[in-house]
Amino acid sequence: MDMRFSPDELAFRDEVREFIANNYPQELRGARRGEMSKEDILKWHRILYKKGWVVPHWPVEYGGTGWTITQRYIWNEENARAETTPLLPFGLSMVGPVIYTFGNEEQKKRFLPGILSGDDWWCQGYSEPGSGSDLASLRTKAVREGDHYIVNGSKTWTTLAQHADWMFCLVRTDPEAKQQEGISFLLIDMKTPGITVRPIITMDGSHEVNEVFLEDVKVPAENLIGEENKGWTYAKFLLGNERSGIAGVARSKKAIERLKKLATAELVDGTPLMKTDEFSRKVAEVEIDLSALEVTELRTLAAESKGRGPGPEASILKIKGTEIQQRITELAVEAVGNYALVQAPRLEVTGNEFVPGPEGSQGVAQDYFNMRKTSIYGGSNEIQHNIIAKMVLGL
Amino acid sequence: MDFSFTEEQTLLRNTVQSLLSDKYDFDTRRKVAKSADGWRPEIWAQFAELGLLAAPFSEEMGGLGGGAIETMIVMEEFGRHLVIEPYVETVVIAGGFLREGGSAAQQEAHIPGIIGGETVWAFAYAEPQGRYNLADLTTTAKKDGSGYVINGYKAVVLGAPWAQKLIVTARTSGGQRDRDGVSVFIVDKSAAGVSTRDYPTVDGRRASEITFENVKVDADALIGAEGKGLPLVEKITDQAIAALSAEAIGCMKELNTATVEYCKTRKQFGVPIGKFQVLQHRMVDMFMAYEQSVSMTYMVNLKLEENDAERTKAAAGAKVQIGKAGRFVGQQAVQLHGGMGMTDELNVGHYFKRLTMIDTQFGNVDYQLKRYSEAA
Repeated sequence: MDMRFSPDELAFRDEVREFIANNYPQELRGARRGEMSKEDILKWHRILYKKGWVVPHWPVEYGGTGWTITQRYIWNEENARAETTPLLPFGLSMVGPVIYTFGNEEQKKRFLPGILSGDDWWCQGYSEPGSGSDLASLRTKAVREGDHYIVNGSKTWTTLAQHADWMFCLVRTDPEAKQQEGISFLLIDMKTPGITVRPIITMDGSHEVNEVFLEDVKVPAENLIGEENKGWTYAKFLLGNERSGIAGVARSKKAIERLKKLATAELVDGTPLMKTDEFSRKVAEVEIDLSALEVTELRTLAAESKGRGPGPEASILKIKGTEIQQRITELAVEAVGNYALVQAPRLEVTGNEFVPGPEGSQGVAQDYFNMRKTSIYGGSNEIQHNIIAKMVLGL
Repeated sequence: MDFSFTEEQTLLRNTVQSLLSDKYDFDTRRKVAKSADGWRPEIWAQFAELGLLAAPFSEEMGGLGGGAIETMIVMEEFGRHLVIEPYVETVVIAGGFLREGGSAAQQEAHIPGIIGGETVWAFAYAEPQGRYNLADLTTTAKKDGSGYVINGYKAVVLGAPWAQKLIVTARTSGGQRDRDGVSVFIVDKSAAGVSTRDYPTVDGRRASEITFENVKVDADALIGAEGKGLPLVEKITDQAIAALSAEAIGCMKELNTATVEYCKTRKQFGVPIGKFQVLQHRMVDMFMAYEQSVSMTYMVNLKLEENDAERTKAAAGAKVQIGKAGRFVGQQAVQLHGGMGMTDELNVGHYFKRLTMIDTQFGNVDYQLKRYSEAA
């Protein structure tokens, strides 16, 4: 048993750290994704594409780096440490692996280059108004007519669909079959007539998610992945990938650092809040939770590098990871005291851009409100508990 | 022992309810919060017309002779509709200072304007370095002839963009955090040397940062005795806490009702999600958190006239309860509504945001826990 990195791994860490320091765009440091333009969101992606490091987790033949699981972990850790813009997962981590695993040669040739370069922006057509936790009950329907499918229905909570060129979409192709057996996996060009994207504004005032309406949308049959009515298999494969990396350990470490800064600037009777017993213990508690999660994640990685997993244990990473992320934002609200009330401008430019309060306090309450989504999305934390109960404990 | 309301109190509740269900639906509230003004003076005029702004003042002062329970009733209904208008700031706080500490002349000069709805007030007490300590003041008021000159900075003054008058705490003597030496002043927002910068708050209201630069006030601007203002400030903020507790139980009540209703109708896996035991128990916990909050809200409102130590314990205790319960109920209401709970379109997130900010106002759970343990 050994938790330390080997000398080679440490050398690798220094190499990527230096690369990030020299290449991450200066002007993006400290920017929030919610406030960035489409091109800004893609900047880091394009730099990594040029370097050949945009998909370390893909097989080498499709553009992967051939790094070990530990190297990939170090890479993610270093990115979080430098607070780089997180790469969008929809192409790189979700549909990309589905296409190279289940797609035909034609599809690989057609879609993988745009995913790698960032020229194609993908969004995820999974959830529907009536199908959230119970995804397999989805009702968006695709009917085969000659060389095309005609798609009707609606999708919701579609992240960043406002920028998307393509959507990977779960559709029902056999309404008679058992729920999971009548679903297919279609790739839909967002420019096709009949598609409407309607923004959903969340309670923190930002526009990340959307509703997508599909009305008689004609999708060429060649955009079907794998076999008709086998879509659930591909969907589950994709969801498994969605959960890995969801622990967000390195980003939470950074968030704790920021929290400590806030709590050090805030004074209680002249003493930094961070020096008070009540508050410092709460920070210590979340830090300890995070240490435990970090080692849990490393154990999962170690098992994975020996060819086991990530199994249902990934649900632990999702539950604990999101609880910790939420707790940190909750503590940030506590830390800034009265200035938590201040609304930082998000979408609407009101002409009144005055945002008072100490450095780093702007928008902490909005971040806290926004982070409530993490225990809802990607399979709610209640569903993750069900998975562990059933698949791990055998209940 | 009697926890029932009088006929007049029930009538008051009905009056508020019917006005708000008529004029204060959620979509209207959302639009108003985003409008340039951010509030509705015409609703304020209706509050005046219905006597809501007169409720806690004695009949001699032109009021209706109500007390804490009447304020509690109004605030609970306000909480249910997420009322934006500055009732706490104007009626509870400024009204409280004038009622409890004002001279006859001050009462005569200012209370009719509150009751009539002509004057809106805000309470400028917090400072960036002071966090929740009401005595931690760097704003000073120096004797100048018969009057005073005020200099300093006040943070997050809620409702100030709508106000004409301010209640301002300032130090007339002593060190930065001394209990002695705190004085309370009435200041015109339009006075020379007062400058404000306005901004929206996350719960759909407005606030200002206010700078006082050589602001001259007359001797009759001082409320109570010079340098002896802190006990009055504490008493009035406890009254504000009692009112906010009532607002919070209004918010929680709406969240619990909406959540139970949603879980009865939202179907996943072929059944209403309310059939899942894990969610049932969650909603039971939300219900208990609400009931415990109602109890503490009643208690603090019934104990506002007790001695300082008893009142402090009641107010701090209530604030801790609603802080914890508000967080739990708010977070779980969002969670159980799923993605819908995250949207700006649904009221759930708005109640959650307001509850979060109620915890922040006048000292959060940690602060009030400490205050309670020191008073106990």
